Amino acid sequence: MNDNHSDDGLGRREFLVGGAVIVVAACAGSQARREGTGPSAPGEPIEIMLLVNGERRALRVDPRTTLLDLLRENLGLTGTKKGCDMGQCGACTVLADGVRIDSCLALAAQYDGRSITTIEGLIKDGTLHPAQEAFLQEDAFQCGYCTPGQILSCIGFLHEGGGATEMEIREGMSGNICRCGAYPNIVSAVRSLRGRA
Amino acid sequence: MKSVGKPLVRIDGRAKVTGEARYSYEVQVPGAAYAVLVTSGVARGRLVEIDTSAAEREPGVLAIITPRNAIRLPGKLHGEPPDRVVQALQDDRILFSNQPVAVAVADTLERATHAALLVRVRAEAEPPSIRVQDALDRAFPHDIVAGGRKQEPDSAHGDAARGMREADARIEQAYEVPPETHSPMEPHATIALWNAPDRVTLYDSSQWVFAVRNKIANAFAIPKENVHVMTKFVGGAFGCKGSPWSHVIIAALAAKQVGRPVKLVLTRQQMFGMVGGRPQTVQAVALGAKKDGQLAALRHESTSATSRFDVFVEAAALQARHIYACPNIETKHRVVRLDIGTPTFMRAPGESSGSFALESAMDELAHALALDPLALRLKNYAEIDPSEGKPFSSKSLRQCYTEGARRFGWDKRPAKPRSQTREGLLLGMGMATASYPANFSPASAVARMLPDGSAQVESGTIDLGTGTYTVMAQVAADALGLPYEKVRFDLGDSEMPEAPISAGSMTAASVGSAVLLTCGALREKLVQLAVADPASPLHGARTEEVRVEEGRLAAQGRSDTYADVVRRAGEKPIEVRSKAAPGEERKKYTNLAFGAQFAEVLVDPDLGSVRVSRMVGVFAPGRVLNARTARSQLMGGMVWGIGMALLEHSVYDEKLGRIMSRDLADYHVPGNADVGVVEPYFIEEQDEHVNPAGVKGVGELGLCGAAAAIANAVFNATGRRIRTLPITPDKLL
Amino acid sequence: MRQIAYQRAGSVDEAVQAAAQPEAAFLAGGTSLVDLMKLEVLNPARVVDVTRLDLSRIEPRADGIRLGATATNSAVAAHPEVKRRFPALSQALLSGASPQLRNVATVAGNLMQRTRCAYYRDLATRCNKRSPGAGCDAIEGWTRMHAILGGSEQCIALHPSDMCVALAALEATIHVRGQRGERDIPFGDFHLLPGDHPEREFALEPGELVTWVFVPATAAAARSRYVKVRDRISYAFALASCATALEVANGRIRVARMALGGVGTKPWRSLEAERMLVGATPRAETFRRAADVALRDARPRRDNAFKVELAKRTMIRALTLSAEGA
Repeated sequence: MNDNHSDDGLGRREFLVGGAVIVVAACAGSQARREGTGPSAPGEPIEIMLLVNGERRALRVDPRTTLLDLLRENLGLTGTKKGCDMGQCGACTVLADGVRIDSCLALAAQYDGRSITTIEGLIKDGTLHPAQEAFLQEDAFQCGYCTPGQILSCIGFLHEGGGATEMEIREGMSGNICRCGAYPNIVSAVRSLRGRA
Repeated sequence: MKSVGKPLVRIDGRAKVTGEARYSYEVQVPGAAYAVLVTSGVARGRLVEIDTSAAEREPGVLAIITPRNAIRLPGKLHGEPPDRVVQALQDDRILFSNQPVAVAVADTLERATHAALLVRVRAEAEPPSIRVQDALDRAFPHDIVAGGRKQEPDSAHGDAARGMREADARIEQAYEVPPETHSPMEPHATIALWNAPDRVTLYDSSQWVFAVRNKIANAFAIPKENVHVMTKFVGGAFGCKGSPWSHVIIAALAAKQVGRPVKLVLTRQQMFGMVGGRPQTVQAVALGAKKDGQLAALRHESTSATSRFDVFVEAAALQARHIYACPNIETKHRVVRLDIGTPTFMRAPGESSGSFALESAMDELAHALALDPLALRLKNYAEIDPSEGKPFSSKSLRQCYTEGARRFGWDKRPAKPRSQTREGLLLGMGMATASYPANFSPASAVARMLPDGSAQVESGTIDLGTGTYTVMAQVAADALGLPYEKVRFDLGDSEMPEAPISAGSMTAASVGSAVLLTCGALREKLVQLAVADPASPLHGARTEEVRVEEGRLAAQGRSDTYADVVRRAGEKPIEVRSKAAPGEERKKYTNLAFGAQFAEVLVDPDLGSVRVSRMVGVFAPGRVLNARTARSQLMGGMVWGIGMALLEHSVYDEKLGRIMSRDLADYHVPGNADVGVVEPYFIEEQDEHVNPAGVKGVGELGLCGAAAAIANAVFNATGRRIRTLPITPDKLL
Repeated sequence: MRQIAYQRAGSVDEAVQAAAQPEAAFLAGGTSLVDLMKLEVLNPARVVDVTRLDLSRIEPRADGIRLGATATNSAVAAHPEVKRRFPALSQALLSGASPQLRNVATVAGNLMQRTRCAYYRDLATRCNKRSPGAGCDAIEGWTRMHAILGGSEQCIALHPSDMCVALAALEATIHVRGQRGERDIPFGDFHLLPGDHPEREFALEPGELVTWVFVPATAAAARSRYVKVRDRISYAFALASCATALEVANGRIRVARMALGGVGTKPWRSLEAERMLVGATPRAETFRRAADVALRDARPRRDNAFKVELAKRTMIRALTLSAEGA
């Protein structure tokens, strides 16, 4: 399943958390593509399907519910954090089909049929994802509230091929605010992962 | 000592990197309704009408609670400082913009949020006053509450006026630090759950569960024991979660009123004004010196903003009393009342804003005398406290200066401003002294030895990301003679032994001392049980000759284990409760932590943008309990220095009296790209006087002097002295 | 956010039809619309999701490049042809927002990005753009992040986009589809000045959908540059920014295009400054004179007087870089 990802020299097999999930999701995504939904009345709940950390979730949602609130308030996945609710801090970063996004500005309805990876989906059989391990070892956090978003952003960033220089890491990780000021350690953590490629 | 000092990985780290750590709003409480505050757009006035009809018509809305229909709270809404006066929908007065005026409660977050926006508030507004400069004629002195004790607003040692007259060089300047907002990543949140009409449980994002307990008990006039407050994880606080604000009471009130558990979280915008901030300070500093740099006079006067209804004093001039050897030192603190929410302690309160002024002035003096800024500090090195004549409990500032200068490469600093460039950018270097009080407040703990030979230690303190979970386990392990893995330290619960507010860099010192003494007492008790027990191999040994290592008690070639001692004593955990408190010994000394900050900046000569390329800080914080977490805290403080120097400003609209930079796009905290190389180092000290743990605290120290070092570097790079923070590009054009 | 209906368009026609209903809005990345809906500054009753339409292609052609309306900012910025032939566009995109936002923000969404005026975003204040005729608290208020060009007595809200500044300088064309067919809108006509109607922001008919943006390729475009000055090094809106495209031949400027950001109520192009540059020698004095002209009509308020000089210096820097690249 992962064969098509194993040769990119980035150690992508490691970063593609649940690569299988994402592939499955990509299929589901293309099925859902181009399909329109009919008109409905304001406030009428809508049915969506999300692959959350590999698990298929059929959901009925208020159309105005954001992906962030859906995860936190409806699915109990509180690892994804709300810091500003306005796309200004990155605490809510998740991967949508492997791409990092701010889930606070995403209406859940828009992600119907797509695969979402949250911090809870990174750990496999009790083993931390390398990015989680790197953040732990480098003490790349203090209060820990921005940390899930930082880690998913880091994974997304490395997917994007970033991280060649320290300046590039700083810029590439700028969408995640850490008020405790752990940035130098965050940069070290990202750099250590890049070094594994 | 085996565990203390080791750079162990955070015990709670795994929970944080996996998302398992549940912050207050994330505790799963079945049946909880959602509460969203409605806040005032007016800064000063009176509510005339609140129209809730549209909000009440929304589906799922359980209640719209306003001063009209809110439960009358039977008790007192505030206690002694640092408790704050709050507004909990009890009357129609509006005292600042963003004050809560209503709360919408509904079955989903979306519905509550929309309902809150449907509430129409009409208010009579009076013109607000929000700038310190506009109210200087009404400034008044007020006692300072800092580090858990009261201090006089003014001090005078010698005759500063005469010192100024006799000086060869004088600097007299005004400096300004704008209002700032803490902006922790986790917004304030409270879940309130009434277990009985007079019994409530709260999960609150707090730096002090006991303050929350007391405030709720007082407000609802119920016994303290009936209020259970828990805070297991806090997503940053920096002072703004040290006092329970209005929303905590409102959450409890709403839960009572709708008869359901209620969860309430502030929006990011609501965090600007309602939950404190660093007050604006206008500071006047006068320095007089002889030609050789010897200070003849030091005067530091700070005027800071407070609210109409409460007083917080930013203790900006306190440090001036202690850090330089000068025969004539005068300090004053004044406050002015403005139509703002009450400010509060924000990371390194007083010392951060005050050091910007004092250490900028020192830089100006060095420049005026053509002296190296570091040489000027060394010339005025205080071997004893200049104001009080007392010795320091310990002081390694000289080593901090020397080590910092060496690591930073201070000798490469261009003496002449605007004389060095790198890749087309102006390069500058600056330095400053850091100091922060080594605070110590009474704290208590409980320690239990379990039949399996592992220990449970508890204190109702908080881990703000500071590493409390980890370092307390380290302290306990060493005190008990146990491997670190055999100790479980728990915190964040008002049913645990009482601990002081987790602020003022005093948790490691205070709770650390309590844990040390409590665990020492438990060890003593277990040793006594062993030697007194005929069944123990140690029977009859003298307690003082028993050594404990790895849970094994040994004397005279014989040994026992904690596990066996507990088992023989009846299989029940053996428990000791104890506390630590400052004694007379400490009063003989001035207890301060010191450090030296160095910064290098690159400034675009045309566009005025500043990049802090490098910071080196060397700090002497007493004993270092965990080099990894201590280093992180100091690093965080230094990063805050970048924010304070270059970015942070809660900007008020002066007509509306409202903070307009009220989200994280308009209120800039440092981002990753703003932070270059940041290197904190320690000079470890053995300090037997400061507190039993020998710890001075690292939470604030990293920020002290940091903004000044950067501002001084900007001067060195550009020749421009910026005395009003933040140093944004427009100020350097 | 008020109650909404969500509709995912299955085709462009369906999207156009759905959006012609009252109180409808197109939804793509959501990075501007969703936060304003949360603040209840924008209150559509129906959102029409266009992200699954086949509108995200980036198609290089001999005479330029066609950017699909829903191509993400990340995709456009990283596209090799964009980087090679329109560097200012890539630079502008990468200087905006954050990687997470750029991963979902789209070309059309960025065209329609709303102002960041703190008063517009705050229901507790008066705003003519939000509520026509209500008055404006910004003009006499905190104006550090407000426009010095193109404002009116009703509104001085700043246009915040970086991408649009580059597209203005590159003379892009916006292609739209509505119920009455398709049409092209020259970039300079797309954003409206506030005048007496700050609530009218775009030259679009109700229901009209942006389908692509065409950017013509020129020798100047290939040497274009974007310079942005901001308070924070990343993830911050511009205090001033400038996109420039110069073609220099035999020591003289042959073609000059420029647009300023962070200063205008719309992406600000000065044709007069461009004319002045043409035929001149590319050097500091020339650039300074052009910058003086570009900012001649600036009308600063209490807190943003610095923008006049900052914008000039930003423009000079961008022109210098463009000239050096030439």
